[in-house]
Amino acid sequence: MPSATVKIPPVLRTHTGGEAQVAADGSTVGDVLGSLVDAHPDTRGQLFSEEGELNRYVNVYLNDEDVRVLDGLDTAVDDGDTVVILPAMAGGR
Amino acid sequence: MASAAESIDDLKARIQMVPVDEARSEISEGVRVIDVREQNEWDESHLEGAIHVPQGEVSERIDEIAPDRSERLLVHCRTDGRSARIVDLLGELGYEDAVAVEGGIVAWEGAGYPLVYAKGLTPEQRNRYSRHTLLPEVGVEGQVALLNAKVLLLGAGGLGSPTALYLAAAGIGTIGIVDDDVVDASNLQRQVIHTTDRVGVAKTASAKAAIEALNPDVKVVEHNTRLDASNILELIENYDVIVDGADNFPTRYLLNDATVRLRKPVVSASILGFEGQISTFIPFEGPCYRCLYPTPPPPELAPSCGANGVLGVMAGLMGLLQANEVVKLVIGIGDTLAGRLLLYDSLGTTFTELKVRRDPSCPICGPEAPEIPVEEMGQFPDYELFCGAPAREASPVA
Repeated sequence: MPSATVKIPPVLRTHTGGEAQVAADGSTVGDVLGSLVDAHPDTRGQLFSEEGELNRYVNVYLNDEDVRVLDGLDTAVDDGDTVVILPAMAGGR
Repeated sequence: MASAAESIDDLKARIQMVPVDEARSEISEGVRVIDVREQNEWDESHLEGAIHVPQGEVSERIDEIAPDRSERLLVHCRTDGRSARIVDLLGELGYEDAVAVEGGIVAWEGAGYPLVYAKGLTPEQRNRYSRHTLLPEVGVEGQVALLNAKVLLLGAGGLGSPTALYLAAAGIGTIGIVDDDVVDASNLQRQVIHTTDRVGVAKTASAKAAIEALNPDVKVVEHNTRLDASNILELIENYDVIVDGADNFPTRYLLNDATVRLRKPVVSASILGFEGQISTFIPFEGPCYRCLYPTPPPPELAPSCGANGVLGVMAGLMGLLQANEVVKLVIGIGDTLAGRLLLYDSLGTTFTELKVRRDPSCPICGPEAPEIPVEEMGQFPDYELFCGAPAREASPVA
């Protein structure tokens, strides 16, 4: 099964033991995020709605492309790909 | 021709040179003068009536310019290095009476003799911005564009402080600053436009003092107010570029909706901890803020609402990236971050670039998007959730 590197944004790192990136297996973006959630269950509520949909305020990129313009959570992942989780940030101070 | 080994001093001793006062009287008697400097130097200022032939084009064009090889020709450059070499070259080409002007245009100007200056820049400005105008991509024209530009900064905080200082140094003619906060000692770790002795002073006034001390060319407009749906259109209307350094989502969405309506470009950055994000939104040419972030995160994922740590240096870097975008937008050079989101991680010193696409279903800039009433700009159904305050009241910017 392909293994991807998931980049964890600062606001989620308390749920990954402080890790900024996590290796996760999966043949699709959804599977990779599923592996992340299995390893770090506290990330589930931040990433997914109760219905299991990706929360609208979380952007997910496969390498540099937004999965919304690919096949969403069904987007195929190759070994060595990077999945970036990106929530909006508003800090300016 | 000068050999490679011959020093410029030996060369100057070998050719004919005239001081500027003699050159001036010869010119007034009708002797022709050739300026062999580059285009950008010529644009900045030159002698009236001089013929401009950049040094690299002299051998090719001199026949046409001066077919009579016995004609007396004065040659000058900035000082007299290039002109000495050209006079030597002209000798090789058979010109019998070509002479270099000692000290060049620098000595000419130093003697107080008249020059034709580029339109739009005063002598002080030509000097102040010379490192800009020497760049062919900027030139005098680009500098004049900067001096005529009006840029609005949302916030004179961690992002706005470095942005404002560098935009002021660059000669942005009008800088508006929206901020209703006062300087606090805890700001000074990163908000470099403020000073210890201005703690307690309004940030707009503090920023104005710093900018005016740095560059008297800049007009600072203080907007010591909170942005809301009732004042935003009027506030941004007169500016060319908006720089978003706001510290909260309501202001960011409100700004987006208003700038899309008025088609104003926005350079948007945000900072948290050791990390920053920046993109440029150019309405209808590229995506808008809502294309990138259709929905704001819930409060627990929006730590901007409370006090959070931020590495001051990282804030500075992101602010300067914003200033860099502004300068390019104003002059019209290079590639902006439109359609790209740049992430910076200062702990790893890594940049990550992500693509941002226009969202065909964007409620603000999408092809089907209806024009929303002014009072609905920046709104979300669950807006009150933000920082526990209704958006229309509280949209403080940093």
